[in-house]
Amino acid sequence: MTLQLSHLSRRFAGIPALDDVSLAMAPGEFLALLGSSGSGKTTLLRILAGLDYPDAGTAQLDGRDFLAAEARERKVGLVFQHYALFRHLTVAENVAFGLRVRSRKSRPSNAAINERVGQLLKRVQLEGYGRRYPAQLSGGQRQRVALARALAVEPSLLLLDEPFGALDAQVRVTLRRWLRELHEELKLTTVFVTHDQEEALELADRIAVMNHGRIEQVGTPEAIYQQPATPFVCEFIGKMNKLAVTSADGRLSVGDWVLDGLPGNDHHAQVVAYVRPEHLSLGVAETRPGWTARLRHVYLAGSVAHLELHIPSIGQTLEADVGGEDVARLGLQVGAEFRVAPRSAVVFALGEPEGSQSFEERWFWQAADAVPPAPRATSVSPIGEGRARAGRCS
Amino acid sequence: MSRLDRQPPWPRRIGRGLLGLLAVGFLSVFLLLPLAVVFVEALRQGVHAYLSSIGQHEALAAIRLTLLVAVISVPLNVLFGVAAAWLMARFEFRGKALLGAFIDLPFSVSPVISGLVYVLLFGAQGWFGPWLGAHDIKIIFAVPGLVLATIFITLPFVARELIPLMQSQGSDEEEAARVLGAGGWQMFFRVTLPNIRWALLYGVLLCNARAMGEFGAVSVVSGHIRGLTTTMPLEVEMRYNEYDYVGAFAVATLLALLALLTLAIKTLLEWRYGDEIAAHAPGGH
Repeated sequence: MTLQLSHLSRRFAGIPALDDVSLAMAPGEFLALLGSSGSGKTTLLRILAGLDYPDAGTAQLDGRDFLAAEARERKVGLVFQHYALFRHLTVAENVAFGLRVRSRKSRPSNAAINERVGQLLKRVQLEGYGRRYPAQLSGGQRQRVALARALAVEPSLLLLDEPFGALDAQVRVTLRRWLRELHEELKLTTVFVTHDQEEALELADRIAVMNHGRIEQVGTPEAIYQQPATPFVCEFIGKMNKLAVTSADGRLSVGDWVLDGLPGNDHHAQVVAYVRPEHLSLGVAETRPGWTARLRHVYLAGSVAHLELHIPSIGQTLEADVGGEDVARLGLQVGAEFRVAPRSAVVFALGEPEGSQSFEERWFWQAADAVPPAPRATSVSPIGEGRARAGRCS
Repeated sequence: MSRLDRQPPWPRRIGRGLLGLLAVGFLSVFLLLPLAVVFVEALRQGVHAYLSSIGQHEALAAIRLTLLVAVISVPLNVLFGVAAAWLMARFEFRGKALLGAFIDLPFSVSPVISGLVYVLLFGAQGWFGPWLGAHDIKIIFAVPGLVLATIFITLPFVARELIPLMQSQGSDEEEAARVLGAGGWQMFFRVTLPNIRWALLYGVLLCNARAMGEFGAVSVVSGHIRGLTTTMPLEVEMRYNEYDYVGAFAVATLLALLALLTLAIKTLLEWRYGDEIAAHAPGGH
């Protein structure tokens, strides 16, 4: 099934929760709606489930009007954030619910229902739990009951609202892997809402990053991480060092670091560069543009070390990530001074002063001798859609 | 740990003992003593006198009428209470606070006023009096008036019991039922009702106790026509005013027994379905 959402808008008491959202979903796709609270992701999910309706826009499932169908007719499986298990029913009856409420004509026999419930409980690894009540289960078990209950109606679309939000970290990771495997097995088109980018990056085929009711970017986890489309995505996904870029004499620079190859243009109100912590090179040669940095802190987090580097010439403290074993190898000690320079950066020319989410141009910049050397590494021409607009001024 | 295990110092022990004594004393004087008095006075002239005064035609008519009023008003209030609680707990709308205040109105208005309002509306000199008279419909000084007044008085019991519970439970389970394909009634009977059944029963118990025991509002609209419009509380008062103390207390014992029965059923339910009620606690889903 292909689901095509076009220009969906929804307001609550005048405040837009969804603002002109368009999105296409391919059959079998695992799509994450990623955003902070209030970004509209749950509203979108509820509209897909038929629990809410947009003020404007259409949704088509294989060319048919999806919104015209009531919630009960949509054959959508929904797993609620807090599972919403029927607390007065046993696990087995919870799973059977969607089959029991069918009209007499389409309702399977009791034996068939019991068999199906047994299969589903086995699938979610809860065999033998059928007679228990939801209150007697752990969070992870409840989550799987909720999933089995949603799968019982053989949905054409599976919706998960913060599926791991209420679980502790360890269960979360296990369930995440398990859910991914289940998805590969079932090939069910799945949309899940999350505020946890790690979850989205790890699980999803594609991610839709939402902000203020709009979709900022849709793409694969790699694309979202490596080619952020907007300043918001830069700041929201992963860690970024944000640098104010000076545009003068036809070139862009941040202190002694020059973004060679990018056209300096005086008509931009403001230019910002985003540099990932793992894209800061340490100990670069004096001959290359860069900054002198002083190491303030080393946070060794297992395999990765997070460094806090103060750069007096631009008055900023940047974060750099290096491998844990590199800390000793490079002799990184607090107080040490060395030269650093970004290997790559995402640069936005903002049309309006700070606070605005709109930008005029976007460039992906890479250092001339970046490793591995790419043929077009010297400079990257603007990839940004000229005068592209993303996000809303708010 | 050891500090907790240790006996509290003796001034605190004395303080605790005094508080306990005070509570027991208070309960004895204000609850147990009156209850005992009711039974002692009713049986003062022996079991025979007691039984015969209950068996009198007027007493039996009062019992029948009381049951009739309760049988009509309690189910109506269940319907209203569930609908109002649903509206209050599930929807946001203009005037919601006002509706909440209206539901509470019978608690804040003196029952006598409530009765009087019905007299002013439906009495012979009331707003609708002439029309009702022309169509030969009797409300005031008749059973319909008693039912109306009782419904008004007991209106908040079921709704007030359900609203906080339904608000705390939220609508997730109902929405889950809808997405799973349940229709409106299926959702109500398979999900909503089971989730509120104990609170509903509790509300019904309170509602029933009040419906049978109400005096003020019913007194105003009754007209005190013996054997026709006197409910049990009114019968108690009339007998007392006629210096028939044994008769008054005899009927009063029935009302007291009703109260004890209500308490017993409530306790039994909590004991018998304790774990299921516990499963209803917020967060237990």
